[in-house]
Formats: sequence, C-alpha cells, structure tokens
Amino acid sequence: MRLKEIPVSVWIGVTGIAIVVICALFAPWIAPYGETEVVGDVWGPASAEFLFGLDNLGRDILSRLIFGARTTIFVALSATLLSFSLGIVMSFIAATNRGWIDLGLSRINDLMMSIPSLIFALVVLATLPQNLPTLILVMAVLDSTRVFRLGRAVALDVAVMDFVEAARLRGEGTIWIIFKEILPNTLSPLLAEFGLRFAFAILFLSTLSFLGLGIQPPSADWGGMVKDNKDGIIFGISAALVPGAAIAVLTICVNMVVDWLLRRTSSLKGGRGDA
Amino acid sequence: MPDLLEVKNLKIEATSYPPGEAPQRITIVENIDFTLQKGRVLGLIGESGAGKSTIGLAALAYGRGGVEITGGEVSLNGKDLLAMDRKQIRAVRGDRVCYVSQSAAASFNPAHRLGAQVIEATLLHKLMSKAEAEARATHLFDILGLPDPQNFGKRYPHQVSGGQLQRAMTAMALCSDPDLIVFDEPTTALDVTTQIDVLAAIKHAIEETDTAALYITHDLAVVAQISDDIMVLRDGGMVEYGTAAKIIENPSEVYTRELVNVRSIKHAEATEQSRKYFEMTGIHAAYIGGQKVLKDVSLHVPKGQTLAIVGESGSGKSTLARVATGLLPPLEGEVRIDGEALPKQLKQRSREQLRRMQLIYQMADTAMNPRQTVGQIIGRPVAFYEGLRGKERDRRVEELLESIEMGDGYMDRYPAELSGGQKQRVAIARALAAKPEIIICDEPTSALDPLVADGILHLLLNLQKKRQLSYIFITHDIAIVRAIADSVAVMYQGELVRFGPKSEVLAPPFDDYTDLLLKSVPEMRLGWLEEVLLTRKLESAGN
Repeated sequence: MRLKEIPVSVWIGVTGIAIVVICALFAPWIAPYGETEVVGDVWGPASAEFLFGLDNLGRDILSRLIFGARTTIFVALSATLLSFSLGIVMSFIAATNRGWIDLGLSRINDLMMSIPSLIFALVVLATLPQNLPTLILVMAVLDSTRVFRLGRAVALDVAVMDFVEAARLRGEGTIWIIFKEILPNTLSPLLAEFGLRFAFAILFLSTLSFLGLGIQPPSADWGGMVKDNKDGIIFGISAALVPGAAIAVLTICVNMVVDWLLRRTSSLKGGRGDA
Repeated sequence: MPDLLEVKNLKIEATSYPPGEAPQRITIVENIDFTLQKGRVLGLIGESGAGKSTIGLAALAYGRGGVEITGGEVSLNGKDLLAMDRKQIRAVRGDRVCYVSQSAAASFNPAHRLGAQVIEATLLHKLMSKAEAEARATHLFDILGLPDPQNFGKRYPHQVSGGQLQRAMTAMALCSDPDLIVFDEPTTALDVTTQIDVLAAIKHAIEETDTAALYITHDLAVVAQISDDIMVLRDGGMVEYGTAAKIIENPSEVYTRELVNVRSIKHAEATEQSRKYFEMTGIHAAYIGGQKVLKDVSLHVPKGQTLAIVGESGSGKSTLARVATGLLPPLEGEVRIDGEALPKQLKQRSREQLRRMQLIYQMADTAMNPRQTVGQIIGRPVAFYEGLRGKERDRRVEELLESIEMGDGYMDRYPAELSGGQKQRVAIARALAAKPEIIICDEPTSALDPLVADGILHLLLNLQKKRQLSYIFITHDIAIVRAIADSVAVMYQGELVRFGPKSEVLAPPFDDYTDLLLKSVPEMRLGWLEEVLLTRKLESAGN
C-alpha cells in the first residue's frame, strides 16, 4: 500500500485525531489557563484572550476543552481496549469450543444485549461508587457484548478451516489456537470495529457525563461541559455548542478512518482491491 | 465448410500491481490461431496458468477481472467480436455463444427453479416464446439423459446431484440454440463415475444439436473422448495443435508426450501384507443427528506400506480418516497402532499418540495458516513434539525443506507466495516434522495439475522408502491407486466392498461397483467412452 493511495478524507480524519491526541498528551503546556481556574465573568464572550469564551463558572472553555480531551480520550480508549479484550477472548472461546460453552456464553450475551445499555449503565453506576475504574469497567462490559457478536461470527469462519483442525490434531491447546491460529486471521475486521466502537465509547461517555453519572466535576470532560453550559443556550450563549462540536468532529474523524479500514478489509477479494 | 469461429493472432494482457512497484503489463496469452467449424469440438488443454480459460472466454469477447484482449481477431460467422460495442456483444453472448462453467453448483442461483434459469437467457434475447423455450428445455433434458425431463425444471438446484446440475447447465447453454458453446472444465469437479455420464451426455447433445464447442480441461484423457481437434497450451502459448488422433497417438512435442505418458510411476506391491501395524476394526460411525455413514469397516496397513481407499464422494472415505484421527469418535469399533488401542476421542489421546499419526489435506491452501511463514508452519510441530527451540529448530526445518526437495530460501515465505505443488510439499513437510509412523493422505493430489501431482507422488514414495512410513491414501483416482498402492480398500455408500492386496482387488471377478469404478477412469485412447457405456453393469450412486 502506498501513501498516495490513501484518500483525502482519511488524511483529514488522521489529522483531527492527531490534534486531539496531542492536546490530551500535552494539555498542561498547551492550555492557556488551568483546568479549574476561574479567569473572568460567567459566560464571558469569545475574544482574542478567550478564543471560545468562558463557561458557566467563568473558566476558559478552550483550556477546559484541551484538558477534557485527556479524560475523554483516556476513559474511552481504556474502556474500548478492555471491552475488546473481554469480547474477543470470550467470543473466541465460544467459537473454538462450540457446544454448550458457546451456547451458554451466547445466551448470556443475548441477555445483556436485550437490556438497553444506557438504562443498564445508569442503574449500575447509580448503585456503585463513582470513580474512574468503575466507570471504565461498566462501559467496557456493556460494549463487549457487541464485540462478542462480531468476534464470534468471524472466528467461526476461521475455526472451521483445515489449518485450525490441523492444529487441533497436533494436540494444541485452546489458548494457542485462539491467539496463534484464529486471532491473526480475524484481526482486520476487528481493527475496523475497534475504531467504530471507540467513537461510540466517546459518545456514550459524553451521554453519561451529560446525565451526571460520568466524569465528576470539577474535572473537565466534553460531555460534562455540554451539561454544565446547557442552560446558557436559553440566553443565546453558545458555550455548550463548542464541546458538542468537538465531540462531533472527533467522531467524524474516527469514522472517516474506520470507513476506509472497513472498505479495505471487507471487500470480496480479500481486502486487496480498494476501489 | 466456412469457419464458424476464427481466432487470429490473439493476444491477451493484464496489469499487475506488485506492492511498492510501478504497475506492470503481463502477457497472458500470445500468438493463438485456430478455426472451428460447425459441429466440431476443439479441446483446449494445459496446466493451470496455461491460459486455456482465458482463451475460451475470449470467444465471448470477455476478459475476467482486469484481463484485456489487446490484439488479434476473434470472428464469429465472419463478424469480428472484438470490434463490437457493448450492446452488440451483449446480443451475441447467451444467444450465439454460451458458456458452461466448472462449478455448476456455484453458478446456479439457489433461490430459483432450474427450468426458469435454463430458459432465462433465451427469453431475454426474445428468441422464442416462453412455451417454446420450455418445450426446448424439456427436449434438452431428455437428450442429456436427465431423469423425468417433463418435471426436471421444477426442481431447485439443491434437489439434484452435482452431475445432473452440470448437465442442466449444458441444457442452459444449448437452449438458445447457439453456434458455439465454451465448456470450461465441466467435469473436473465430479467423481469419475459421474464424470463419464456427464461426458457422454455432453457428447450426445453436441452431436444432436450440431453445435460447435470449445472444450477446456486439464485432463487429456477426457478431452480425447470428446474432441475432434486438440490444442495443447503452456504458459499462454501454443505447444501443439492437431487432430485428436494425432495428438494422442503420435504427439510430436516433448511436453505433449509428457502429458500423454503422465503417471509413469511403477511401484512393486509388497509381498508380505498380513502384519497389522495400523488397524481399524468393526468401525461404525455417524455424524450427530445423521444416518450411519460407516457400516462395519475393518482394515489394516502393515508398516512401510500404502493402503489406498477408493470410492466416490459420499462413500465415507473421508469420514474414515476423521474416525482414525479421532475427530469423529466412532459409535463402535477400535483404532490401533502397533497393537495399542487409541482412545476414541481426540482430546483423550496423548501427545505421543497424536504424533504417530499425521494428516495431509486435499487443499493445501486452507490447511496452512496464511499468516504464518513456511518456517513457522514446519517449525511448530518440531517445537511442539520435540521441544526444540531457536537454532536447533531452524536446522530441523532446513532438513525437512530439503527432504521435500525445496531449498531453505523458502523459510520466510508465506503460503500465498508458493505454487500449488509447493504448498502441498510444505504440508507434507509439516506432517514429517512430527516424525510420524503413519500418514493419512486425503486426496493430496486431486487439486493439482497432473505433472505436479506426479512429482508429489514420487516424493511420497521416496519418503516412504527412507522412513518406513505407512500411508492411508484416500483417493477417487484409480490411476493413482495402480501407481502407488500395496493394498486397496473399495468403499461404496459407507461399506467396505473390497479389501486386500492390490493385485487381488484390481483383478476379476469384480463386484458391480468395482467394475464401474475401474471402467470409469478415462483412458488415453480414442473411442474409450463408447466402449465403456456399452459394457458397464451399474450406474453411479451419485447420479
């Protein structure tokens, strides 16, 4: 694959993601003001000093956006990674063992999926202590049900191949078969799905924060910022729209890259022909 | 007689896109000239990659996936097909020229009835009314020897056998009463016993309808039965072109002679066959929820000898391999190596027991993990059974590569970078890496070109001599059995109909099925097909 063949939309997506990641990594150096520092009037207008204006407590929105990238990306990324590890391992165990193990895991998965995940998350988060690990874990477990479905489907296709049977005849254990024979052959669709689920995780986290069960104040996070400033909209103040737009832009960027990955991996000719 | 099809100086090219390099033009076919008259059949023969299908499709002015016809002339009834625009060429395809593909099972739409699909192209071209087309289809079903021609068209593709489906496809091609039909390996995917019926039906239908045909195949013995002329192709060029009689009886080129005399292996049968080294006794087996596929099968192989298991698809020969390896635990019966009974379940067998018996698959493509290098594929059993690591393991892998007559330059290649024959060799090396005592070969050569297959068989026999290996060789090809077996087991519908030393099994008096099987193997001489149809006692079960 040559760099020239990558479409423009992907470059835009990659650039957007890169900016957000840099913001997240170097927030204290990039941000003009502190995360919780009150620097002016409540809902102060945008100016040369404060690029996006001030929020409901008089904090600089740009600074909070940059710091918020940190929590948003960290939580979304770890939740997605965790949900993938969990989903892939469970689904591959189901696909390689078949029989009642497959049946049991799949039905538990169906059971989890049948409960609307937002309501499920709200109930669980309301009862558990509110901290980051709990939040990440709850998001990961809920998301892993989707990964399980995809993982099982792709693994089933590979698990019936002769080379997997050959490994079994050699006497290899389930762990080897999962990680050495099946995983490398299912990686491309799973990677594409990873990008997609990452975007969903950002949205889900924002939703939870907006409802008050995600990241707790005064830490900045994009969804929480929308919630904090939503009342301003009534008075014609655009403070809530800025973090909202940030969420939208990041999601679109991730999706542009993912769409391209999906096109490359899901084509009929084994992913080589990218039209 | 005027020429129906005239191909002059045909040149076909494709563009390849090697990673990291500029696109390259590749010539696939060059300098092909031939003519074809009404009612005659031209056989195109060659190994895979010889360009035979590409030439066949050129008669429809069609290039598959990125292939372009860049030079020469293809004229049908004096009109140049290559000069036509899209609309004109569409009017010719399916009307004047039709195509019969290799795998009828994959070419029919499973959601529609056969009859509707057979007459579809004819109706599309508005050649006949629906009633006329249906009448013609019924007539063609009759000519092609399909059962109950009146109602055959009402069936769905999954309701008929593979051989019948291939004949239905021939009916589809004949329906519009075309001038020319291109047959692309129509019998390759069928059993020998079924192939003979399809072959006879196609030949009969061509004679009845007085159509011209291009018949593409890799099997010279098949093409000899059906063709008037034969063109031998190799690497996109013509090797020899002449009448069938001349090519078969008096070939002038070295390559043609090789093709005619393929399967030159002679293997003297072992004299002492009573010592039971590997043994299966009283095996009954069934898949979950299914009927019994094996009924009371008992056989054995002495050390260092080859047992060939023959039978058509569905006869249970592959199931026997699954029972032997423990993938399918038998309902009854025992599997023993050197007197030691093996547990029925794969999971209960020890690593040592697994090591002693290895399996070689029919499709080397799917039998190897495409994401592992040759070194990893062969190295894993070495590490797994002997615990060798690092340099020691690499040395063993090199030795194994040498023993399959491939250099160590292949260590870091991926399976996709190997040819079909090389892939099968690597699969053999993987089996050898376990230092097995018995190897079950499940049709290891049936997906390969005859000359390549010959090489693989030679290799297997040499390895057997050197390492005292026992083989259970599953095949449907009697010619291979004759070449390499010491003892033979004939399977028919899950039962063992004959078992014993090769010289006894393949000598008369025959039971009906063995008679059919032996007679169905195409022989490299003219007039063989007619002779067999007159003398056989039984029709194929899969027919």
